[in-house]
Amino acid sequence: MRFKKLENWLLPPDLKAKIDNAPKPLGSLDYDRWGYHRASAYKAAAGVRFLYDHYFKVQAFGRENIPTQGRVLIIANHSGYLPMDGALLAYSLLSNPYAPRVPRAMIERLFTNIPYVGTFFSQIGAVTGQTQNCIDMLKQEEAVIVFPEGVRGTGKGFIRRYQLQRFGNGFMDIAIDTNTPIIPVGIVGCEEALPMFGNAEGLAQKFGLPYFPITVPFPIPTRVTLNFGEPLYFSGPIHSEDDLEAKVNVVKAKIRQLIADAQHKHGVK
Amino acid sequence: MTNTLPCLLITGAAGALAQQVIARLRDKYRLVVCDSRREVSMPEDIPSYRVDFNKRKFEDLFKEYHFDGIIHLGRIGSNEYSREGRYNANVIGSQRLLDLARKYNVKQTLILSTYFVYGAHPLNPAYLTESAPLKAAGITMDLVDSVELENLSTIYLWKYPELNITILRPCNIVGPGVNNTLSQLLMQERTPVLMGYSPMMQFIHLEDMASAIVIAFEKNHAGIYNIAPDDCVPYQVALSLCGCKKLPIPSVPENMPLLLAKLTGRELLPPHLLDYFKHSATIDGSLFSQTFDFKPRYSLKDIFSHYKHLKN
Repeated sequence: MRFKKLENWLLPPDLKAKIDNAPKPLGSLDYDRWGYHRASAYKAAAGVRFLYDHYFKVQAFGRENIPTQGRVLIIANHSGYLPMDGALLAYSLLSNPYAPRVPRAMIERLFTNIPYVGTFFSQIGAVTGQTQNCIDMLKQEEAVIVFPEGVRGTGKGFIRRYQLQRFGNGFMDIAIDTNTPIIPVGIVGCEEALPMFGNAEGLAQKFGLPYFPITVPFPIPTRVTLNFGEPLYFSGPIHSEDDLEAKVNVVKAKIRQLIADAQHKHGVK
Repeated sequence: MTNTLPCLLITGAAGALAQQVIARLRDKYRLVVCDSRREVSMPEDIPSYRVDFNKRKFEDLFKEYHFDGIIHLGRIGSNEYSREGRYNANVIGSQRLLDLARKYNVKQTLILSTYFVYGAHPLNPAYLTESAPLKAAGITMDLVDSVELENLSTIYLWKYPELNITILRPCNIVGPGVNNTLSQLLMQERTPVLMGYSPMMQFIHLEDMASAIVIAFEKNHAGIYNIAPDDCVPYQVALSLCGCKKLPIPSVPENMPLLLAKLTGRELLPPHLLDYFKHSATIDGSLFSQTFDFKPRYSLKDIFSHYKHLKN
């Protein structure tokens, strides 16, 4: 009885129901093709819920823009030396009062090769950032989170906070090929929560990492704001790389604007 | 049995899979079976030979029986023979088989390959389709013969369409009597796992695989097909469901599993397949399912319960 109470406290039944009701093509043992496992999703949701509600006191705006069903790409700025923004964004989609979604997240390729880390990420729904994986998931009508800046965003350092780095163009190709709407998101607060003051390049090279952050020993409990924009629709054909980049820049400009709005809301709240 | 029935050659007759295929086809065809490893005991109406594909005796079979079709299941697995022996049997031997099939006007050839040819790689998509590159040869020299057999078969498939070649790439075939690497691991009481890794895997029951081979042969749509159910399971979960206790092997640094195997004098995991216990190589079996209207009968739970019962 006590255990049940603790379980409900950690993961309220309504949140659990949202995970249960998510239309995922799970196999007979509750795993999907990429390793997503429902029971692991419960644990991750319970853990991130604490961070979302109490540690970072996240406020989310514009969640009514997220489609209730069907394929969608969630494109956001990436910040902080750890992908905490991905976890908060995913929880925000799950706890969305308008239309809860259990999203997938495309993660850095280096994570897949790290023992335990790769397996853990797979079980909670993260997938190696590989084009075909993204296309296959969208064909299964998933909501997929992509950070087109990749490690350029997380490793840019505190001094360049909120300066969008170069976007990879792949997501735009995928969006057009699969006829998927894009929801741009501006995230504010993770730059301050996980600030990277320097990069110990020697150590990074030794461990085969893109950077080794010089930082505070734990995430700073700053408020995080997520600002979801309205869906953007793009269509082809794409005539050249410049054409593709122009479309990517539309998304980039929108995210820049959403960040500015979020900073304003962040400041006045 | 009458002589009007079409005549089939089935290679690799000593294997459990071939036995299942033979049982399903013996009433519909005149069967001739052979194996390069040993002479297999068969009922009187099924001639059985121990024959090396590279020897003249093999051609004599073609002259004598005028085969209408060949089901080539005699691929030597990566847990058998030396690297050179496998190359001779799988690549040189299979080329001779295909040349003889041309020479003696065999109308149809089915070749059993393996999903190992795709290679296990951290960047593999979760749905490896038939057109995905075959990366295995770049990962380990021990799978070169499997990849070359595929390449060779594909060349013959396009160059000699009259051979009607069907190449099947199944996922892990398991079940009673199967003696491949995965089946051996699932049978163990204490099974090695690489710490921190549990790649997604697919399993097909021996009987389902035999049915798939029979359907593919009878419907005869030449081409390359993956065979796998849509259901996947992480390796370590599969072991738990089979009642195996886990024997954790440190996976870092990279050569640690090999070093430990040397120190303990025991082959913990096949060295050339180590990557398959780290990274997923899950295949998309939808083309085969749709083309041949095939659906496996056995679920993962059915498959694993067999291995669990073995331990009780």
